Amino acid sequence: MIDVENLIKEFGPKRAVNGVTFTIRRGEILGFLGPNGAGKSTTMRMITGFFPPTSGRVRIGDHDISEEPIAAKKLIGYLPESAPCYSDMTVNGFLRFTAELRGMRGAQIDAAVARVAGLCFLEGVLHQSVDTLSKGYRHRTCFAQSILHDPEVLVLDEPTDGLDPNQKHEVRQIIKRMGQTKAIIFSTHILEEVEACCSRAIIIDRGTVVANGTPAELKTRAEAAGSVHLRVRNVAAETVKSKLGSLPVAGRISLQDNADGSLSARIFPRDKSTRADLALSVAQTATQSGWSFDELHTEEGRLDDVFRAITLPDSVKTRE
Amino acid sequence: MNESLRNIWTILKRELTGYFASPVAYVFIVIFLLLNGFFTFMLGGFFELGEASLSRPFFNWHPWLYLFLVPAAGMRLWAEERRVGTLELLLTMPVTAAQAIIGKFLACWAFLALALALTFPVVGSVYYLGHPDGGAIFAGYVGSLLLAGSYLAVTVATSAMTRNQVISFILSVVICFFLILAGWEPVTGLLVRWAPAGLVELVTGFSVMPHFASFQRGVIDFRDLLFFASVIVFSLFGTSVILRGLRGA
Repeated sequence: MIDVENLIKEFGPKRAVNGVTFTIRRGEILGFLGPNGAGKSTTMRMITGFFPPTSGRVRIGDHDISEEPIAAKKLIGYLPESAPCYSDMTVNGFLRFTAELRGMRGAQIDAAVARVAGLCFLEGVLHQSVDTLSKGYRHRTCFAQSILHDPEVLVLDEPTDGLDPNQKHEVRQIIKRMGQTKAIIFSTHILEEVEACCSRAIIIDRGTVVANGTPAELKTRAEAAGSVHLRVRNVAAETVKSKLGSLPVAGRISLQDNADGSLSARIFPRDKSTRADLALSVAQTATQSGWSFDELHTEEGRLDDVFRAITLPDSVKTRE
Repeated sequence: MNESLRNIWTILKRELTGYFASPVAYVFIVIFLLLNGFFTFMLGGFFELGEASLSRPFFNWHPWLYLFLVPAAGMRLWAEERRVGTLELLLTMPVTAAQAIIGKFLACWAFLALALALTFPVVGSVYYLGHPDGGAIFAGYVGSLLLAGSYLAVTVATSAMTRNQVISFILSVVICFFLILAGWEPVTGLLVRWAPAGLVELVTGFSVMPHFASFQRGVIDFRDLLFFASVIVFSLFGTSVILRGLRGA
């Protein structure tokens, strides 16, 4: 539904987006990650037709956003970054206005407004002026506007920003439900959100895509992914190190004393092929040596670590 | 109804209700009417002139009155959208920039027309006191409305240039002031003394004054209509260029 091809955007001499390419099919929810200023919002503004790209193409369904902007925009629901609303209108007036611009008429508008007001918990404030609303309500009003016409394509720039945990959960549920039949792209800084709702994630840094895959795939790129964590009691560090170090599947081992007197060991696989057998070998060694251990698991890797490893400037990495 | 007309109508309706949702509209109308009355009856010498005409005591003041009031009414049209960020929302709707510009322009123009229409007691007064030329009064009103529309179109363009309403106000006052001065008799009189006739004509050609003057005299000339129409169209087209520039094209 969304086809982005080699998208480039320059502001004067600065290249904000540098050759971004990806595709989102119907039924996919794409998480769009990246540090501040990486070009997320600029990319989304080009997808929605607000910024014309310097070069490259965006296709929404069968329509090129530059060549047939109106036909393409009809398919899109868009929540801009700051969730702007017309502050001199009531929530009801604002939603009706956007419904009219979306080409709805009469009873259609009533039904659509009632539907999104229910979905976004706006019934209580429908006749309140937007500028008297709290940030969370204003945000949900703008979100309601984006799903009003039940669009095929949803572009959401930080949809859960500024919401309380309950509201965040609700918005995620709505996104997940809509994602079954639509193509959705949303940007966020919250990595758990990506794991919770996205079928795919893209990490963008300094204008280019640096990672593209399912959250599970991305997590395996973490340094700690595949390592085995073992916590033993009353065993000398040296014994642990020598016993585990002699395993053919094990590579580097790091040890750490815990405050309660136990010892934590992190065993990294020798290489990728030994990952699968590592946990079993460690468990066998521990039981055969008669160690008492209360924790043994394989690390999945954390999206945070992947994100940091990929997007941190090299200078900061070496300093750490 | 045609889709683009419907979009223009939707935007027009929103802007117009926006005016009346706040006290701004009422304050504006009251000030406009008070100033009109003050200029007409106190400064314009409506009674002392002893003639049943609105040309001198009433319409004469409009270029100066509009100079400040029209930019005040129109300064927020785009500046506010830019400041709040709703510009992004509006221009990602299935609406063209031209439709949005025309809708906003017409909304504010309709509002100014309403304010102008509320000066009807002045017309009543002349009719009560004497036998005025109805055609001249009608022409005066048409000219006044076109004058307001021209100033407004300039304001729409300056409003798109900035997210600050005050800057937009000042810019449009300066531009409209030029549109007055270029053809105002004291200034042209000064120019005539030393400049070649061609230059004088060129500068005067930019001014709203001679064109508005013929409406005041009761003449609706095609050339004057064309002048005001071209100021409006040029300014609104300029607005669309400014908006496109904003989006980094």
